[in-house]
Amino acid sequence: MLFIVCLGFLLSIAILFIHKFIKGNWAWLSTLIPLTSFLYFLSFIGDIAQNDVIKVSYSWISSYSVDLSFMLDGLSLLFVLMISGIGTLVFWYTSSYLKGHEYLDRFYAYLGIFMAAMLGLVLSDNLITMFIFWELTSISSFFLIGFNNESKSSRKSALLALGITGVGGLFLLAAAVILGQVTSTYTISEMLSMSNEIAMSSSYTFIVVMIFLAAFTKSAQFPFHFWLPGAMKAPTPVSTYLHSATMVKAGIYLILRFSPILGETSLWNTTLITIGAITMLYSAIQMLFRTDLKAILAYSTICALGILTFLTGLGTYEALVAAMVFIVVHALYKASLFLITGIIDHETGTRDITKLSGLKQGLMPIAVAGFVAALISGGVIPTLGFVGKDLIYESTLHFKNNAWLLTGIAIATNVLLFYGGFLVGVKPFLGKKPEALPHLHMPSIRLWLPPMLMVLLGLVLGFMPYLLGDSLIMPGAEVLSRGESGLHLKLWHGFNTMFWLSTLTIAFGVIVYLVLKPSDKLLRFSEKFEFISPKSITQYLVSLFKIMSKYWTMLFQNGYLRHYVATYVTFIIVLVGYLLLKDPVLKIDYNTLADLTVYEIVIIIIMFLSTLFTVFTPSRLAAVAAMGIIGFAFCLLYLFYSAPDLAMTQFSVDTLTVILFVLVLYRLPKYLKFSKNYLRVEHGILSTIFGGMITFLILKVISEPKNSEISNFYAENSYVLAKGKNVVNVILVDFRGSDTLIEITVLIVAAIGVFGLLKLRLKARDKK
Amino acid sequence: MKTLILKTASDILLPVLLLFSVFILLRGHYLPGGGFVGGLIAAIAFVLDAFANGLENSRKIIKIHPGFLMPLGLLISFASAVTPVFFQDLPFMTGLWASGHIPVIGKIGSALFFDTGVYFVVVGVSLTIIFTISENA
Repeated sequence: MLFIVCLGFLLSIAILFIHKFIKGNWAWLSTLIPLTSFLYFLSFIGDIAQNDVIKVSYSWISSYSVDLSFMLDGLSLLFVLMISGIGTLVFWYTSSYLKGHEYLDRFYAYLGIFMAAMLGLVLSDNLITMFIFWELTSISSFFLIGFNNESKSSRKSALLALGITGVGGLFLLAAAVILGQVTSTYTISEMLSMSNEIAMSSSYTFIVVMIFLAAFTKSAQFPFHFWLPGAMKAPTPVSTYLHSATMVKAGIYLILRFSPILGETSLWNTTLITIGAITMLYSAIQMLFRTDLKAILAYSTICALGILTFLTGLGTYEALVAAMVFIVVHALYKASLFLITGIIDHETGTRDITKLSGLKQGLMPIAVAGFVAALISGGVIPTLGFVGKDLIYESTLHFKNNAWLLTGIAIATNVLLFYGGFLVGVKPFLGKKPEALPHLHMPSIRLWLPPMLMVLLGLVLGFMPYLLGDSLIMPGAEVLSRGESGLHLKLWHGFNTMFWLSTLTIAFGVIVYLVLKPSDKLLRFSEKFEFISPKSITQYLVSLFKIMSKYWTMLFQNGYLRHYVATYVTFIIVLVGYLLLKDPVLKIDYNTLADLTVYEIVIIIIMFLSTLFTVFTPSRLAAVAAMGIIGFAFCLLYLFYSAPDLAMTQFSVDTLTVILFVLVLYRLPKYLKFSKNYLRVEHGILSTIFGGMITFLILKVISEPKNSEISNFYAENSYVLAKGKNVVNVILVDFRGSDTLIEITVLIVAAIGVFGLLKLRLKARDKK
Repeated sequence: MKTLILKTASDILLPVLLLFSVFILLRGHYLPGGGFVGGLIAAIAFVLDAFANGLENSRKIIKIHPGFLMPLGLLISFASAVTPVFFQDLPFMTGLWASGHIPVIGKIGSALFFDTGVYFVVVGVSLTIIFTISENA
């Protein structure tokens, strides 16, 4: 399974080597990658229908109990099939949509990373692994949204989306860590049996809020929804794949996955219902004001995500089934509508609904597909959409309190969703074709086949909903509701309340569609209220933060090196001095100290003299040389106290430092008064205090009772465990080798920094 | 600073210092020394040569840009750290030891390779910084 999950990563690495091949006529071959995953996961459908759960685990960082453990149950199978299935169609569609694009190879690489990350996310049974995949989807989505990187608005949208979803990921990490502490495991399937302990623990509220923040940012719930319409700057295949069918559903997946663990409290249910209801109504109303096809689809996506949150919040068995069916319904019609929008954009060059009409001339098959997609989205019998809407009404009607209010909200939202679906799927094709539009002809089969297949599936599943129900929805719902079962999906339930509500919805939908005409006027009207939208408020806060950080930086980092040094020396003096002053008594037993030897006295005198010389000499080079002498004197001290390793290193470092100083100072004027007298006095006082404090600190350390457990451990074990007699070296390369590895990496980063900065300056100077 | 004495001395000192740095590196596990100090000594050897014979000459001796030693060293260190994970299914950074005993070096183990990586990184970093700055000055 690991191999299948990683196929996408492998593809993106392989593209480095075969990018010429991918950019040519063979781009469609990359479709084989998602297709393979799709077929692989499809083979599990029989097992899952029997309510089996398949678990595979690969050890990764076992010492921190972070493992690549995957779990395939009804819920994750539903998601992986959607990801790989729609992925197949999107890969196929892209090969024609972006044909000949300069960066087609990069596009496939990002898409591959995204698909793999998404598969990993929904399969992970380990919270930390899930977090890693979660962040990978955010990152790959950043690259995909900013794919048209010459456009400023596209880069801005990408940053906004990364900012919002990336912050959300950090909340997930926080939740994971706290959950791990409460349950002492990171394995999600083990947490299932501990839901009572989690609910009892004092951090329950914290965990739930963190999970909510993660899910709401990812799934574009109010008030974090605003990144999603911006994400529509991406090429249409990306909008289709990430921002309607898969990535935005990751948040929904998270709350679905955790509803048996954290659910069934009023905090959980009420919050989800409230946020879901606000999101769905708010975005449905927003949708009325849009004229760009993709913007309409973006808001209707947010609306659908709101419905899903809402249903998860209801939390009853029926509601969970409804949510899972609606996930499939939404993926089918939203993906096909997006792809159809892509075709319209591709053929006519515009997505403005006020300019498009009569496209059925020349694009008849696509008009039919659009019509069916609109039917699915409107929930018209006999599509799968009808089944989904039926279930939604059933779950709101049967809810224990406020049933009619909830049903009313659901009806209002569905009316507007109906309107949105028809606006995109039907309106552009009807009426007379304006002169301004070019002559149309059917696009390549790679463009029209994917939406066709999806709407066909929506129709077939509408007639035979048990195909979907028995194989995926029932096992999934059983996992979520802990063993409850018994509902079977049917298209026709007779003339009951739900049927009449459905009919009412469609009737209202048709009325709204006929009465409301999208126009620029409405769009402009809505823009008047833009300044109080969550997006504007966030951007305002961000710009405030930028101003603050600018002043903050100016205060502490004014470009003078001496200022920096003075700042942090003062900081340490205040911090450490405060602690030392709390207990300023030294308890030193002077009898235990060794006598001063002549060598030591001589060295200290040398050091003292060179310090004075360094401070008062008028020549820079002489000052540097004197500093070198202080360094070498230190080496001698190390040698006296039997630390040859330190002495050697100090000696070499000092040599190099002096050389570096000389190289830098070589160019500066030789004799100069360095700085103003009062500054020198100020720095002198500062350094005297600092030196005095450090001396006091060291004396204090000596006077404390010594705890030599750690040094004894190293001394005893360095030969036994690490086969080395030089303890310092063994610590560096063995006991704490990981530290060394990171330290040398930091060294390299520093060297690259120096190299880059100086080379850039050199080049600038050459230009002059 | 092209004096005959320094020039002659550095011609002899360069190979000797380099040999010495390798010696320091190899004995590190048992006696004072190690990759860090060894690397610094090697860097000093080249800097001395640069002072005596000019930067161009030292560049010619090293042949490649010293910057390339940095990733090389990091790669060696990292490889020695992950080898136990891949080949023995032991945790990251577990020491592996070959049987047998070699004079001066003692036992050969992954720690030695790790230290060799550190050596190259230190040479690369010091020389990159010093060469860049002296080019600039």
